[in-house]
Amino acid sequence: MIEAAGSRGFTFGRLAIYAVLALAVVFFLMPLVAMIFTSLKTMPEITGAPGFEGNTILSPPSVLSFEAWGLAWSSACIAVACEGLRAYFWNSIILVIFAVAISVGLGAINGYVLAKWRFRGDNLIFGLLLFGCFIPFQIVLIPMARVLGILEISGTLGGLILVHVCYGVPFTTLFFRNYYVTIPDELIRAARMDGAGFWSIFLIILVPISWPIFIVSIIWQFTNVWNDFLFGASFAGADARPLMVALNNLVNTSTGTKAYNVDMAGAMIAALPTMLVYVVGGRYFVRGLTSGAVKG
Amino acid sequence: MSRLSINGVSKRFGATEVLSQIDIEIGSGEFLVLVGPSGCGKSTLLNMIAGLLTISEGEIRLGDERIENKEPKDRNIAMVFQSYALYPSMTVGKNMAFPLRMAGVDKAQQDSKVAEVAELLQISHLLNRKPAALSGGQRQRVAMGRALVRDPQLFLFDEPLSNLDAKLRVDMRHEIKRLHKRLGTTIVYVTHDQVEAMTMATKIAVMEGGVVQQFGTPEEIYDHPANTFVATFMGSPAMNLLEATVAEDRKTLSVGDGVSVPVPKGALAPPAGTPVKLGIRPEWFATEADGSASFVDLPARIEITEPTGPDIYAELMIAGQKAMARLPAGTEMRTDIDTMFKVDMTKALLFDAKDGRALRPA
Repeated sequence: MIEAAGSRGFTFGRLAIYAVLALAVVFFLMPLVAMIFTSLKTMPEITGAPGFEGNTILSPPSVLSFEAWGLAWSSACIAVACEGLRAYFWNSIILVIFAVAISVGLGAINGYVLAKWRFRGDNLIFGLLLFGCFIPFQIVLIPMARVLGILEISGTLGGLILVHVCYGVPFTTLFFRNYYVTIPDELIRAARMDGAGFWSIFLIILVPISWPIFIVSIIWQFTNVWNDFLFGASFAGADARPLMVALNNLVNTSTGTKAYNVDMAGAMIAALPTMLVYVVGGRYFVRGLTSGAVKG
Repeated sequence: MSRLSINGVSKRFGATEVLSQIDIEIGSGEFLVLVGPSGCGKSTLLNMIAGLLTISEGEIRLGDERIENKEPKDRNIAMVFQSYALYPSMTVGKNMAFPLRMAGVDKAQQDSKVAEVAELLQISHLLNRKPAALSGGQRQRVAMGRALVRDPQLFLFDEPLSNLDAKLRVDMRHEIKRLHKRLGTTIVYVTHDQVEAMTMATKIAVMEGGVVQQFGTPEEIYDHPANTFVATFMGSPAMNLLEATVAEDRKTLSVGDGVSVPVPKGALAPPAGTPVKLGIRPEWFATEADGSASFVDLPARIEITEPTGPDIYAELMIAGQKAMARLPAGTEMRTDIDTMFKVDMTKALLFDAKDGRALRPA
């Protein structure tokens, strides 16, 4: 019966489905197309100066120009410094590597303990951690600033990493805990009988079968940390500013005409790493979220 | 020496007592089966021997050593789990070498031990496969191999055959028994299947409600069950329990409808008028033509017959009470007429109707 559904011939119903899907694709891709086109145009073409009359935001560039990308990367003016997004891009890379690695690592260990080493009050602790998932960013800004002050790391990249780790751990703990409860307890008991301890069981037995949930957590944390603006704007000093904050400043720094092509190129540069992560890990993301279990 | 003795062991979870005062002792090389319905505490007891659960009271000795407070890895005990619990990311060879690796045995020695055990279990050709690529029976062997590499003093099996299909289960049963015979190791084996218990054990502990109902050899358990629970749990079809009362002379039992039989040999009849239960295994029935001298007559009506191939099961009505008889194939039987059956009274048993205890001299 199931086979028959796939092999059915061409019908009006199917045509309608494809038409709607095609429309949706066009609709959702339009902003991206507009961004890419604009970033590759020269300013006169964008503003519709003489010679380019009748051009719209969606018309393809008449001449491909990568000048705006170069400007955005290395010499566009952000506030008073005209050095482009380059330095901020590396800030974001360092931030994201440490924040993701630490929060995913801690989440994995937390999840392992909460799922496989039951102790008195474990559910309460899990509940409190879950609560962390629902705290709005804005509420913690002032207390967090105070904590960073006490720790004497306000304004530093390290401080920003700490903030993101704190905010990420509840989510990664939730992911790993829910993944590990699906792994049979007998596996842990067998390992204990075989002489493995707390860390051997985690590192030798569980981590190698946890890649789907590692990918889910990494994508989740990468996207959140990379795209964060509020924490970056609030807690990062001039030297530690992440890319998203710099992009905002770039777009808002104007002398004369707004350089739309540079803005768009900057936004594309900022969006590329997340897109790359999704392209590489996206299929595992869905698989990991839905299945949750690797069968032995 | 791998004598196992469990003395006065109890287990409480909060206020609920799940095991109370367990006393079991087996000698080196014995095959102990813990059998009972689910929730009887047999797996809890096994996990306590393994060290995966703490005990609330009592002591466990392996050889001459007390082990109840040792870590699982320090007890020199290996365990085979119901789900096999093979490590999914490791090959068969790595799975089997894992206990040695954890014990810090050097690589060359690991390899030679794994090869030796794999040879014994005929899984040498599987050493480079992952568990996911194995069949149920193969996984079972690997799990046993992982237990064997350490040369433990005691093997624990937690319902190891219940995930296999019927035919494979019989094969693996033979395999485990052969292995036991060959290696002579002490084994504690948990199952809810009374056939497995009867066929494999040298000693059986029948458990129910956190208590050992009876501990003995398979023959003792089968022929002289300590109470009605053991009597009906072991054996299939289950033992028939006919309600009866002790007659004035204390030598006969009246089953009702004017039917009476002598008190079984070896049974201790209580005072006259006491309600009792007469226990008769289905195979202790015979037709009038077949029974020997020790058999007594019992009038019965055959309700239905079920031929199974080697046997015929006959559902009987004896003085208004249902009973099941097991007779050799080819036995002539007609349903719905009153006939005379015979019962082997040297084997039949007597139980107290109230507490189910077997009535026999202490």
